[in-house]
Amino acid sequence: MKKNTIFTISAIVVLFLFLLYASHNFSAYNIRILNNVAIFLILAASYNLINGVTGQFSLEPNGFAAIGAYTAAILTLTPAQKSAMFIITPMVPWLQSVHMAFLPALIVAGLVTAFVGFILGFPVFRVRGDYLAIVTLGFGLTIRVVSNNTISITNGALGLKGIGNYTTLWWSWGWAVLAMIVIMRLINSEYGRAMKAVRDDEDAAIAMGINTFRVKMTAFVTSAFFEGVAGGLLAHLITTISPTLFTFFFTFNLLIIIVIGGLGSMTGTAIATVLVIWGSELLRFVEQPMHIFSLTIPGIPGMRMVIFAILLIIIMIFARDGLMGQKEFSWDSFFKFFKKNKKLAK
Amino acid sequence: MNITIILQQLVNGLSLGSLYGLIAIGYTMVYGVIRLINFAHGDIMMVGTYFALFAATTFLLPWWAAFIVAIALAALLGVFIDKVAYKPLRNASRISSLITAIGVSFLLENLFLVLFGGVPRAFKIPQVFSGVVHLNGVIIPIIALITPIVAIVCLLLLMQILQHTKYGIAMRALSLDMETTRIMGANVDAIIAFVFAIGSALAAIGGIFWALRYPSINPLMGIMPGLKAFAAAVLGGIGSVPGAALGGFIIGITEILVVAFLPSLAGYKDAFAFLLLIFVLLFKPTGIMGEDLEKGRF
Amino acid sequence: MVFNKLDKTYIFRYLATNMFGGVFMRRLFGVVTFALFALFIISSTGFSSKAYAKEIKIGVVWPMTGPIASFGQMNWKGAQIAESMVPKTKDGATLKLILLDNKGDKVETANAVSRLITQTHVKAIIGAVASGNTLAAAPIAERYHIPLLSSSATNPLVTKGKKYVSRVCFIDPFQGSVAAKYAINNLHAKTAAVVVDIAQDYSVGLAKFFVQSFTKMGGKIVARTFVQTGDQDFSAQVSAVKAANPDMIYMPTYYQEASLFTRQAKQFGLNQVIMGGDGLESDSLLKVGGKAANGITFTTHYDPKATSGKVGKEFLKRFKAKYKINPDAMAALGADAYLVMVDAINRAGGYKATSEQINKAIRSTKDFHGVTGILTIVNGDAIKSAVVRKVENGKFVYVTTVNP
Repeated sequence: MKKNTIFTISAIVVLFLFLLYASHNFSAYNIRILNNVAIFLILAASYNLINGVTGQFSLEPNGFAAIGAYTAAILTLTPAQKSAMFIITPMVPWLQSVHMAFLPALIVAGLVTAFVGFILGFPVFRVRGDYLAIVTLGFGLTIRVVSNNTISITNGALGLKGIGNYTTLWWSWGWAVLAMIVIMRLINSEYGRAMKAVRDDEDAAIAMGINTFRVKMTAFVTSAFFEGVAGGLLAHLITTISPTLFTFFFTFNLLIIIVIGGLGSMTGTAIATVLVIWGSELLRFVEQPMHIFSLTIPGIPGMRMVIFAILLIIIMIFARDGLMGQKEFSWDSFFKFFKKNKKLAK
Repeated sequence: MNITIILQQLVNGLSLGSLYGLIAIGYTMVYGVIRLINFAHGDIMMVGTYFALFAATTFLLPWWAAFIVAIALAALLGVFIDKVAYKPLRNASRISSLITAIGVSFLLENLFLVLFGGVPRAFKIPQVFSGVVHLNGVIIPIIALITPIVAIVCLLLLMQILQHTKYGIAMRALSLDMETTRIMGANVDAIIAFVFAIGSALAAIGGIFWALRYPSINPLMGIMPGLKAFAAAVLGGIGSVPGAALGGFIIGITEILVVAFLPSLAGYKDAFAFLLLIFVLLFKPTGIMGEDLEKGRF
Repeated sequence: MVFNKLDKTYIFRYLATNMFGGVFMRRLFGVVTFALFALFIISSTGFSSKAYAKEIKIGVVWPMTGPIASFGQMNWKGAQIAESMVPKTKDGATLKLILLDNKGDKVETANAVSRLITQTHVKAIIGAVASGNTLAAAPIAERYHIPLLSSSATNPLVTKGKKYVSRVCFIDPFQGSVAAKYAINNLHAKTAAVVVDIAQDYSVGLAKFFVQSFTKMGGKIVARTFVQTGDQDFSAQVSAVKAANPDMIYMPTYYQEASLFTRQAKQFGLNQVIMGGDGLESDSLLKVGGKAANGITFTTHYDPKATSGKVGKEFLKRFKAKYKINPDAMAALGADAYLVMVDAINRAGGYKATSEQINKAIRSTKDFHGVTGILTIVNGDAIKSAVVRKVENGKFVYVTTVNP
């Protein structure tokens, strides 16, 4: 085994030891935030795969997470729960009777979302241009329209209630680590290099004989799978879902994360996820009356979103690289950094 | 199903379609020239209606003056956004400017939410626009008659500018090749600013007529029309100005007819523009009146 | 010095070229990030409020921003007036209301409630406005055995099977039957058209209960058409309803859709009475609807004219004095949520009362004289009368009160 692999494995072990500690000692609120961080890490990493690594601007996460959430929730709810909940129109019979455990439900949710991703990507990737952004933006709005209207499947605007609270720290972080490993391996494979080639110069990539359609599709479908799973995890964390849950703000949060972390850098994404999720909980203070010394500033509700938007524009204009640029954290550079410092100390 | 009802619904559709068309023209102008999906376009439309509202209620201008002021201010806003947010990124990767565009859109929506709240405000309708005309049992609100006329006048004016003025020729040149146009001695930045001014002014006109028809305005009102207008622009062939207007009419009429004659599908109304977009991309990516996307044209 | 010969533009250009992507910007970015987080930490530690002697913390979760912000803001105004009326419990403990904004969003509601319970350690929670949001908060309140008292969640599912969720408003089946009774007895309607906002669980539920009562009493539904939150063009729906020619139109949506719908209805000569539920009550309905809003009739919780009793009159006086407007149903319900909470705490033993005891007291509230009338809480649901109001000459006027 290589040295670096051992380091990575031990880092993961340390992470899980921390989680073991957290699950016994942290308050429910902090555990909820930790779960949020893991779920958003899955979403942000897969979102960065299509935006940062492949260079195709997309706005899909809210729509895809919605599909994943609904699929997983419908599968884990018991038939008795479903018949009690669908008070306007009864559920279609074959969905009514289907029932699954949590893990298979998550996997099915991922597969269904990946399939939808394939269907969406097919028309878009055949033509050049920035249609992916507008198609995925439209899709996010459409999924809301569809889930409101297909009452016999989604219970319409009433949404699904009483979903089992199965998402524990183990599930969410287990999936987060898995997603990071899979995506990192994909990036470092032949496909990953092709993705970066498409991002940097599509004409050159075509000239090199790269099948750009296939490369873009691979990135998009992989993203879709993990976003579906993350949606499922989210549904089993908050236990009630409805069409209004997955608004564009959801996607916007993720966009902020990947831009701060650096478009194309997975480790940057991980750092940024922690900063943004934690930060936006703390940023609540701008919306509440503030007391600085004896001065009282009235809170401005909604200010958080304005700050986020300005932050995004400023980063894009002045610090496009974000925290990590397109670089990744590696153990070699990590140790090199310390060695340099040692030399300086001498 | 009698002929009166069908005619009535066609009138409804034409009036809605001309609104989409007005907004779509602005969309297609900007995309045609600098290849940027200006996500903030729908929000500029919203800002335009707020300008008109304040000009008329706070500054007590007569309605026509309020409209002119609002359109001018929206044009300025468009130029300002380009200068501050898009121009620094003109040579950066495409994804950077797209992300910034989304940021601008989100900023406008939320800034207005913070400033004016989410509760819809009433847009005061001048007497001139509020009547109805009865024609053989078909009821036509005056505004439904005026909007298509305004849309067509705007379209013709714009075609004149594009075909016969120096600026128009420069715009068309720019859409083909920015660098060559620059070398030829044209002031590229000024031309792009002009494009944004025209596009935003059209968005504001669209917004004002939208508010005259549906006089309840709120900071999120631009999202759906913006999205549908983009679908209309793609349907008409992105980059083609008459195509955008045509696309707008088609989407507006389809939407109304579906709700009217297939009531069970009425709930899916907002999804049609999107479905149409997917179909166009699948079967005729160049749209109805567009040519190859990689060649610039109007 | 070289600087003498350089003009300002050169300096700017130098700065500009070195700023974009340069080391300077990277550092500035780092400094800004650091400063922001320093601010976070300062602010978060600043949160720990000074400990007052004898203080009972009550969490409040209402939408202060977002699509239903106007409801949450009125709730909060009402609650503040009520707080000024009864600031302390009988044994002298101060009630400290801690308001968190949920933006009308489920995830935010769940986060806020969980934060209030496990971080702020509140004894009870008031909220939320919408049924869907209250349902998102319910499982957390149930798990930690903290009473959750909703001001205006009218959907029957909110309290169904719950031990710690209660409300001070009536429920939708009652509201629907009041509307149906009024339509048949007062409007003499035999047929009705129903316009449902498919994107609101409130609208879907209320429409269903109206149709049940209306058909049971011999009425007939002749048209059923759908709209969606945010829609602005209703010409197709108006034409469809007009073709069916009903005696009245039942439209249990929120005011945004109803105000534009009624305009377009009048334009196309559809002049039948439009009825709705408490979601219609907003100033915006009068302003946007204009003349076309006249005649709109709806069931709701409160009318200043129907106020009786000492509490109601005192509330009306104070509210008018402070805000210069008449309180609406949301303000009155916000006040009642607070007043019922204080009453329950008093009966549960005041300052020393546990969450469990407060919950028991809330759920055994009987003949309580509140702002909106006399209410009794049975299995978490309030049994109380409903008010019918209508729009006349651009104003809301009182029509009648219907008892359960």
